[in-house]
Amino acid sequence: MSTNKNTLMGWIDDRLPVTQTYEKHMSKYYAPKNFNFWYFFGVLSMMMLVNQILSGIWLTMNFVPSAEGAFASVEFIMRDVQWGWLIRYMHSTGATFFFIAVYLHMMRALLYGSYQKPRELIWIFGMLIYLALMAEAFMGYVLPWGQMSYWGAQVIISLFSVLPYGDALTEWIRGDFLISGATLNRFFALHVIAVPLVIVMLVVVHLLALHEVGSNNPDGVDIKKLKDENGKPLDGIPFHPYYSVHDMVGIVVFLMVFCTVMFFFPEGNGFMLEYANFEPANGLKTPAHIAPVWYFGAFYAILRAVPDKLFGVMAMGAAIAVLFVLPWLDRSPVKSWRYKGWISKIYLVIFGINFVLLTWLGTQPATETLTMVAQIASVIYFGFFIAMPFYSKMEKTKPVPERVTGGH
Amino acid sequence: MKKIFALIAAVLPALAMASTEGVHLDKHLTDLTDKASLQRGAKTFMNYCMGCHSLEHARFNRMAKDLDIPEALMMENLVFDTDKKFGDLATIGMQVEDSKKWFGATPPDLTLVARVRRPDWVYTYLRSFYVDPSRPWGVNNVVFKDVGMPNVLAALQGNQHLGTAPVTVGYDTLTGQPITEEQEHTLYLAEEGQLSEAEFDNLVFDLVNFLTYSAEPIAVERQRLGWWVLLFLAIFFVPVYMLNKEFWRDVK
Repeated sequence: MSTNKNTLMGWIDDRLPVTQTYEKHMSKYYAPKNFNFWYFFGVLSMMMLVNQILSGIWLTMNFVPSAEGAFASVEFIMRDVQWGWLIRYMHSTGATFFFIAVYLHMMRALLYGSYQKPRELIWIFGMLIYLALMAEAFMGYVLPWGQMSYWGAQVIISLFSVLPYGDALTEWIRGDFLISGATLNRFFALHVIAVPLVIVMLVVVHLLALHEVGSNNPDGVDIKKLKDENGKPLDGIPFHPYYSVHDMVGIVVFLMVFCTVMFFFPEGNGFMLEYANFEPANGLKTPAHIAPVWYFGAFYAILRAVPDKLFGVMAMGAAIAVLFVLPWLDRSPVKSWRYKGWISKIYLVIFGINFVLLTWLGTQPATETLTMVAQIASVIYFGFFIAMPFYSKMEKTKPVPERVTGGH
Repeated sequence: MKKIFALIAAVLPALAMASTEGVHLDKHLTDLTDKASLQRGAKTFMNYCMGCHSLEHARFNRMAKDLDIPEALMMENLVFDTDKKFGDLATIGMQVEDSKKWFGATPPDLTLVARVRRPDWVYTYLRSFYVDPSRPWGVNNVVFKDVGMPNVLAALQGNQHLGTAPVTVGYDTLTGQPITEEQEHTLYLAEEGQLSEAEFDNLVFDLVNFLTYSAEPIAVERQRLGWWVLLFLAIFFVPVYMLNKEFWRDVK
């Protein structure tokens, strides 16, 4: 791109760093050339964010944020609004796929040590996005004002009652003495304006921090160590066009899965759109089984695994909080699990499976057996983090190569 | 670690059992493309259900369009409220305060019942009423204990009793004859209705088919479109894949 002062672009560049920004983040952003499929999930998360924002804007055009009108307005969108059903399913299925992409994106970071020095801030901003996303999804689920919207909100908001000044706090959150239209209204405001704004800003900071230090890769090799005569990393490749065309392949495959679910299984077998949520909210009729949507399952399972409510809430909070300090728990001299010792490798695989198990447990009724399984799974979850400073330091690692391996 | 895996493996069968608790439900083989079935279901609904139950999110004109019923026919034979217009929602005149007094609970709106309860449940529920003089309407239900609803379809079905009756437990491998066994807590037809058992099952099947349609009118169109979208993505994948391959050919 030209920066000649006599062109229109030159004129703009003198006043706004368009070319410079484009080069810094796209055409001259050198990414390692050995990315594998795990590296699709960052861009896929971003695509789902855009999907949620766009479909969300169109939903608000017909949604009525009141206790009297919300449920009927959703059915109005499903039946009477042109393409309303598609917009609604894009949003509801999109929530699920947003979380799938984000969870796999986080797992990628665990596998290749992308949270390690010097990328601690990227990880922390990512965790903040995840936290905001959970708040966003929770409040969004309240809006259709079905039975699960109401009782799910009841359960989650009551968690705050164990904190100091709990009753005053829950009342402040609800804006009423019980979940009511006032709660629905404020959740609508937060869901469509406040939290999305925070998420978008955090995503920008997440990317700025990433482009400052550069992307990690499956080998955990620092590609900036070896540069050619022009100062370009030997194992680096310009993000655009190489990774923009590469990501398109991942996007199309992901869209195939997304569209299969959206067009053929929009209820996700009751895990995405819970059956009980097709019944309008009724504060006098408690459902027999209150379950969160699948993406909160793991933390809900940890909450229920602890018999005491206060300690349960603390365990759930700790399960999320511990992720923030991950960069300082891993004391391994190498980044990627490819070169870590066998304890790290095995525990990573177990951690992944265990998280899926916890997620499933959270959606099931808490029988005696399942509670016991959830307790064991919770111990495995926390064990992963508590033991990490020790095994990551002590275990024998393999030598990391100078240059990246595999890839293209 | 091994022990934990062994433990998880040991409890997994128990988990599978836990999810199928409750009453046995008969399978409803929903077919939303069978317009004749949906029309018959609509007829049964309007004649037997709509006195008390609304379809408050559904419009008559949409129903007529989706079910291939001409407007005049629809308004003449299926819309009984003379104040209703073709584009109106299928609400009912019964007041909530009244119905609460009469039945103990307001009969729920049924637009989404097949999505809340699932078709299998509704199909089994409607065929599981039995005579129980201790209840206000003289009937109880195996699937929904102490339900406030009378057996509206009794004239068609006849009266079922709950007690000891023969149940088919299998089929003789040689003759193909059913093998029956006397079992307690079984529904049996004590007095016949206007329809045979098979005819009645068909009537309820059509009704549930219609309710499944009303819960999500777009379902058939959604799936039809889905195939085209997937086909587009499959075709679009080819140039995208080749473009990627072309760009990366020189990268060592």
